[in-house]
Formats: sequence, C-alpha cells, structure tokens
Amino acid sequence: MNSIPISWYLVLSAGLFSLGLFGVLARKNAVAILLGIELMLNAVNLNLVTFWRYNNPAEMTGQVFAIIVFAVAAAEVAVGLALIISIYRNRNTVMADDIDLMKW
Amino acid sequence: MTTMQVLFLIFAAIILGSAFKVVTTKKMIHAAFWLIVVLFGVAALYAMLNAGFMAMVQVVVYVGAIAILFIFAVMLTRKELLDKGPALNDNKSIAAVLSLLSFGGLYMLLRNWSGFMNMAPALPETDMVEELGTALVTPDMYLLPFEIASVLLLAALIGAVYVANEARSE
Amino acid sequence: MATTNLIWLLPLPPLLAFFIIVLFTNKSNKLSHIVGVSAAALSWAGAMVVFFRALGVDHFGEHPFTDSVPWLPLGDGWLEIGVRIDPLSAAVLFFVGITIFMIFLYSVGYHNFGQPKGDHDKQGLPPHGATVEDEHGHKHTVPSVEPMYARFFAFIGLFAAGMYTLVISDNLLTLFVGWEIMGLCSYLLIGFWFAKKSARNAGIKAFMTTRIGDVFMLLGLAFLYTATGSLSYEVIFSHEVLHALAETPAFWGLSAAGAIGLLLFIGAVGKSAQWPLHVWLPDAMEGPTPVSAMIHAATMVSAGVYMTIRIFPLFSAGWDGHALTPTMSIIAFIGAFTALFAATIAIAQNDVKGVLAYSTISQLGFMMAAIGIGAYVAAAFHLITHAFFKALLFLGSGSVIHGMEHGVLHTGDHSVDPQDMRNMGGLAKKMPITFWTFLIGGFALSGFPIVTAGFWSKDEIFADAWAHGHTAVFVTLALAAFLTAFYTMRQITMTFLGDAKTPEAEHASENTWTMTTPLVVLAFFALAYGWVGIPESFPIIGGLLPNWFHDFVGHTLEHPMAAPEFSWIPLLTSLTVALGGLALGWVTYRNFKAGAVDPMRKLLGPVYHFIENKYYFDEAYDVLFVKPAIWISEVFTNKMDQGVIDSILHGFGTVSFAIGKFIREKFDTPVINRFIGDGSAEVVQIFGRKLRKVQTGRIQEYMLSALGVLFIIFIALYYLVLA
Repeated sequence: MNSIPISWYLVLSAGLFSLGLFGVLARKNAVAILLGIELMLNAVNLNLVTFWRYNNPAEMTGQVFAIIVFAVAAAEVAVGLALIISIYRNRNTVMADDIDLMKW
Repeated sequence: MTTMQVLFLIFAAIILGSAFKVVTTKKMIHAAFWLIVVLFGVAALYAMLNAGFMAMVQVVVYVGAIAILFIFAVMLTRKELLDKGPALNDNKSIAAVLSLLSFGGLYMLLRNWSGFMNMAPALPETDMVEELGTALVTPDMYLLPFEIASVLLLAALIGAVYVANEARSE
Repeated sequence: MATTNLIWLLPLPPLLAFFIIVLFTNKSNKLSHIVGVSAAALSWAGAMVVFFRALGVDHFGEHPFTDSVPWLPLGDGWLEIGVRIDPLSAAVLFFVGITIFMIFLYSVGYHNFGQPKGDHDKQGLPPHGATVEDEHGHKHTVPSVEPMYARFFAFIGLFAAGMYTLVISDNLLTLFVGWEIMGLCSYLLIGFWFAKKSARNAGIKAFMTTRIGDVFMLLGLAFLYTATGSLSYEVIFSHEVLHALAETPAFWGLSAAGAIGLLLFIGAVGKSAQWPLHVWLPDAMEGPTPVSAMIHAATMVSAGVYMTIRIFPLFSAGWDGHALTPTMSIIAFIGAFTALFAATIAIAQNDVKGVLAYSTISQLGFMMAAIGIGAYVAAAFHLITHAFFKALLFLGSGSVIHGMEHGVLHTGDHSVDPQDMRNMGGLAKKMPITFWTFLIGGFALSGFPIVTAGFWSKDEIFADAWAHGHTAVFVTLALAAFLTAFYTMRQITMTFLGDAKTPEAEHASENTWTMTTPLVVLAFFALAYGWVGIPESFPIIGGLLPNWFHDFVGHTLEHPMAAPEFSWIPLLTSLTVALGGLALGWVTYRNFKAGAVDPMRKLLGPVYHFIENKYYFDEAYDVLFVKPAIWISEVFTNKMDQGVIDSILHGFGTVSFAIGKFIREKFDTPVINRFIGDGSAEVVQIFGRKLRKVQTGRIQEYMLSALGVLFIIFIALYYLVLA
C-alpha cells in the first residue's frame, strides 16, 4: 500500500483524461463522444479518490465528492443518450458531423 | 518493485489500452465493451486505494447501469448492423495534438507540485464505509449535496423520459 | 376763421375725400360721391370766402394774404413753405373752385349713378348697358352704372387737392408738388378705363410727354435756387433779386432771369400741350369726359399758363416795354404758332371731343402768346374765361355723347360711334339744355361780340398785340381766331342743327339734372364773366362798368401796366374773324348729310389729308424718339440685363454645379462612398464570409477551438504570470 507514490495515480488519470478528450474531439459517432466523456469522468473520479487516500483518509469529503460525481455522471449519460436517441429518430443519423443545423 | 506496484502497472496498462480501444475502434459495440473493461479496471484501482465502497458502486452503477445504457443506445441508433466508415473524423490530428498537449500540460503542472512524490498515509482505524454513510446523511455534513443529487437524478429521469418520448407531437 | 388758416385748409377736403373713398367707402357708390361732391363743395365755399375777403382788401396787390411755416431745416436756417393769395391767385381760385365743384357734380350723372349694373360690365372697361324688363315683359337696354364709380371720385378728389395746392402756394416748390400730383392724376384718369389698350397708351403718352417738360422745369427750379437761394415768390420777384438775375449772363446769350424763365416755360409747354409737346392732349380724350373737362380744359392745362403768368416778372426782367426779351419772344412765338397750328388741325377732326382738344391747345397758345408779348392782364383774363367756356363745352360734349349712347343702346347697333359728329345731327330738339349751353360756350370760344366772355378776353389780347406793335403775333392770332370760329360752328352745326344723320341720333335724350345744372351754371359764367373786364376805353359801353379785372389782377405786379389804348383795328379784326368764321361754318355745314364727303376735304385736297393726320407729328415722334427708346431699353434688357448679368448669374450657377459635380464624381462617390463606405462594408462582408465558415454547426469543432484557445491562454498565463 505504501509503495505507490501519488504521482503514478495522477499521471494515470491525466492519461485517461487525455484519451477521453481525444475521443470527444475526434470520434464521429455521437454515442462514442459520450463514451469519451465517460472516460474523462472516470479519470476525474480516480483523481478524487487518489487525493482522498493520499491527503487525509479520515475526511470523508473526497469520497462523498466522488459519489456525487457518480450520480451526476449517471444523470448526464441518461439525458445525453435520450437526446441522441431523439435525434436519431428525427434525423436518422448519429454522426456528429451531420448534426450541424447551427451551421452558417 | 513491490506487488502493489506491479499490480498497479498491470491495471494501468489494461485501463490505458482499453481506453485507447474505446476511442479508436470502429465498431460501436466493441467500444462499449472496451469501456466496460476500463470501468472494471478503474474499480480495481479503487479497491487498491482502499475505497472498497467506491469500487462496488463503480461496478454496480457504471458497469451495471451506464454501460448497459450505452449498449442499448448503440443498439437503438443504428441503421444497419455493421458500422461502416472511419471511426475518427477529420479533426483527428488536431485533436491528437490537443490531447497530447493537455496531457503534457497536466504532467508539467503536477510535476511542479511539491507533493508529487508523496506516499500514502496510514488508514484510520474506523470503519470507512460506516463513516461514509454517516457523512452522507448527517445534516452537518453532506446531507444537502446528497439530497440535491437525488433531485438531480429525478430531473434527469424526467428529462430523459420526456426527451426520448416517441409520441411527441412536434 | 383767419383767412390764412382757411387758405391752408383749402386743399384738405378733396385730399381727405381721396383717402376716405379709397380706404372706407370704396364699395358704396352713394357714399363715395357724397364724400367727393361735399369735399368739392366745401373747398369751393372756402375759396369763395377767401375770394370775397380778398375783394374787400384795399390795394390787395400790396397786401396779399400770406403765411409761411418753416419746413425743411437747411444748413443755416429753414426752407419755408407757405400760402399766398394775391389778386392773380384769388381770381384763379374763383374759377378753380366753381369749375371743380361743377365737374364733381356732373360726374355723378355722367357715370350713371342709380342705374342698374351692366350685363357684361367689367372693371376697366366703359359701361355697356344693362337689360331691364318692364312690367309687360319688354326688354330694353338702359345705360348702366360705371363699375369703377368710387375710384373715379377718389382720383378726381386727389386731383382737386393738387390743383388747390398749386394755386395757394407761395413758392415754386409746392407749386411743383401740386403740378406733379396733377400729373399723376392725369395719368390715372386718362387711363381710367385701363382694360382698353388705347387708354393705357394714352395715359403713358401723357405722362411721358409732360415729364419731358417737367425735367426742364426742375432744371429751371434748380438754377433759380442756386442763383437766388430761395424759391419763394416774395424773394424771387423782389427788385434786387430780379435785377441781379437780369444782369447775370447765362447760356445762349440769355440772362439768368431769361434762362430760368425759359426752362420753367418749357415745363409749361409740356403741361399746357403747346407745340412741340402737344401730342398727348388729343390722346387724353380717352379718359371719361369729366376728366377731359376738368383736367384738360379748365384746370391742369391752365396750371401751365398760370405758372407762366406767375413767373412773368422773371422772364420779363429787363424788359423796357418795347423790344421783347429773348425769352418773351420765344414764348410769344410758340404760343402764336401753336394757336394757328392746332386750329388748322381742329377743322378736320370728326370726334366731338377731338375738336375741343385741339381747340384747347389753340386757346392755350393764345394765352401763351399774350403773356409772351407782355399782356399780363389779358393772358390772365383769357385764362379764366377760357376755363369756364371750355369746361362748359367739354361737359356739353359729354352730355351729347351720353345722349348718343342712349340712342345706341336703344337701337342696339354698337358699330355706331357715339362720339363721331358725322353720326349726330338734330340734337337741338332732343337735348335743348345741352344745345343752348353748348351754343353759348361755342360762341364764347369764337368770341361772339359783347355778350360772351370770350369776346372780351380775346379782344383784349388783340388790342394789346396791336397796341404794342407785334404785328406777326396779331396776324397769326387773328387767323387762328377765324379758324376757331369756323370749326366751332362746324361742330355745332354737325352736332345739333339739321336732321339726325343716324337712327341713334334720333333716339338721343336729355340727361339728368346732375349733368345739366353744371352746364347752366358754367354757361352763366361764360356769358357774365366777360363783363368784369370791359376796357374803359371801349366805345359806348366802356366805362359803364369799371374794368375791375384789370385793376384787380393788374395790381399783382409791382408796376402794373396800363390798359392798352383803344384802337378800331383790333376790334374790327376780331369782329370780322368771329362773325365771319361762324357764318362760314354754318353755311358750309348746314346741308351736311350722313355719309357725305366733308366739304373741307374737297376744298383743301391733299392738304386736308395732312391736316387730318395731325401733320404726322405722332408718327414722327414715334420714329424719332419712341422707337429708339424702345430699342435702347430692349438692348439694356435683353443684351445687358438678360444677356450679360443673367448669364453671369447663370454662370455662377453653372460653375457651382460643375464644382459640385466634380467633387461628387471625383471625390465623394469614389473615395467616400465606394472606398470608405462600400469598401468597409465589403471588407466586413469578406471577413464575414470567410469567418462564418467557422460556424460549422459541429460541436466537436467548436470544442476544438475552445480548447485550443484555452490552452493558448493557459500557456500564456503560465509563462507570463506564474513562472
């Protein structure tokens, strides 16, 4: 337990976050974009729990924060996927590039 | 190299590799499955961090609900069974650059932090799950965010039902 | 009331009448003529009071009624104006008052007061008759009321004010003021029927011609003022001044007195229609007859003679009683020449007023000749008697024309000229009062012996001319008198005697009392006035009545002249020419039928043609003066004013326009409109077109941009702030 410096966890979550960012920016499918968002959220959660463990494990604030993030992530995924499904029904596509009604 | 470090490295590799597959695979179902792997990996890391409750919640909520939701969404949003066309759009280079930039930036910032090489302190003797539960329902502590989060979930529930309702007359 | 105050007030009633009629009563005919006639009556009453008071003063010539007020402040002292009634002006006041009053009264009837408004009467044209229906439904045309009735009374009111001003003034300046007022009214009244082009032209002709005379008169006034420093009679007719003026030489070998007298006389030549400025008077017959009577017979033209008589001391300064001064010779020549000249033209005139117009010119010539030869009293005497009988004759002719117009309206044949004597005849029976008064006037004009005033005044002129040895003048005037009697009888015969030559003359009728009463009054004076001037040395009747006129008026001069000695030659000559002319006229014309050729035409042949066209003077003046003046004014208007000055102004406009156009095209449009205005719009558009491609509608691209910018900011922040 004591042998892993915090830096490893932090670098891991930074890397996971960057991958998630890449997915959000570069994926065509809208559902895949949400997958990227999930990755980012997970990275954040990991970060939170790491800091809880490595700063003051007696304080429950870190975990509570992470739990709330769970709840928010769940809510957001639900609504996001509902939106995508609605869009799919209307436009018959889930390619993010095709949903460009706000185009000039 | 202690056991924990090796375990950590293994899980880190699984997570990163699966995450990479999530963002690059052409087939959506595969992406969803790879996400499940990532989630399991993260749950394992939670366990390594002595946050057992978090690990469980991760598995139940994320894998059990959210990933399933993703699979449903993937199934409901396809014209044909096969995914055709490239997975990444035209901005992939810039996106890659930006991602690397963000990673690099984060790493640089973290490296300058004095506590970057800290080790984990000792765990307290109390039961952490009980403590977590008490923290969540005590009004002096985190009852309010807890309740508001439940309201948020209610709103999301109603919103999702309303948005995805097929019989909308618009 | 003090006499001098009364004298000051004499011009006031007619002047007030002018303003009241113009401002207040111009819509009401009745009120206007009430105002006008009562004003004339008031002034006449005042004039009578003054006259009778003047009669009561012993040696009135040495104690005239005078009064003056300082008027214009000059450098050192004041220019004073005032009134002066001496014997000459008292006598003139007498006839001016009564004739003006009579003519005002006559105008009421002449302009058909009380008659209905005409069918097609327009303001500016003479009235043309109104159709009335009687109880049986018969329609006939009656004379209609003059549409500009009130205006007429206003104008003659102003005119009367001018004449009174002239008579009562004690200096040449206010005399000139009255002179010019009358000139204006003459223009207004000659052109009274302004819609007729002939009337308008006649008015302009009168004004222009008299203006020529007035210019010289003004020069004379200026000369006089510069030489003496005053224009008042008291000063300029005083011994010292006259002596000084007579000694000072002026231009053309004349003395200053003679030169001034000549210049002032030229003004009288214009005003009294002497040759060569006579051309306006016959045309002035375009005005209504009361105008002709008042202005061109009794008062305005007399003003010229009055002024000449007034300045007699001036141009006779240095006259020793025998050889005439140069100015006097000129005056006598012009007077005598005009008398004969006009008389010859009169015998060929067919318009009843035309004969009288030339007759006026001729008689004024008589007066000018008289004063020219130094017959002061004779000239004044003839002035007054002529005023009476000429006014009478004009009013009578107006009555005749009125009656003839009645006939024209009755027959409805408007091609018949009611003024042409060849259409008249037999009117003696139809219009008796007119006939008898006209006869009296005509005889007075011809100089019918003893009973008529004209005889006495004309005879005095002849006597004076003969007694002082001016044979040429005597013979000329005698010839003129013969012709006068001839054409007068011709006129009377053609108009009144014999049978009516046209149906219109058959239906002529006598006029209302407002027209016949003045005729009777003036006829009385035309007869009786002569008897106040019977020369003492006249055979048989001389000496029965004192020669009041000679004594009274003669004493206006400082050294009154003695009455000429009686001689049979002038008396016989005047009897012969008067009676002979009358008889010849009656004989020649008593069998004149309608449409016949005038006997004179047969007698004189080509000369008649010359006379009939008034010796072509009008045509000559037209070519010599009128056409060049029109040419000059056209040059000035078209070439200079429109051509040069207007083109300069148009040039300004064009240049401004060109400058504006240049600035607009070269600077405003390309630089400001296109480059700056449109250009900036273009730039914005181009940028917009290029920049809007950023809005792809794709969320991921937005996120990319946002992230990119964010990183840039972070890096900048890190390196600039934190590091």
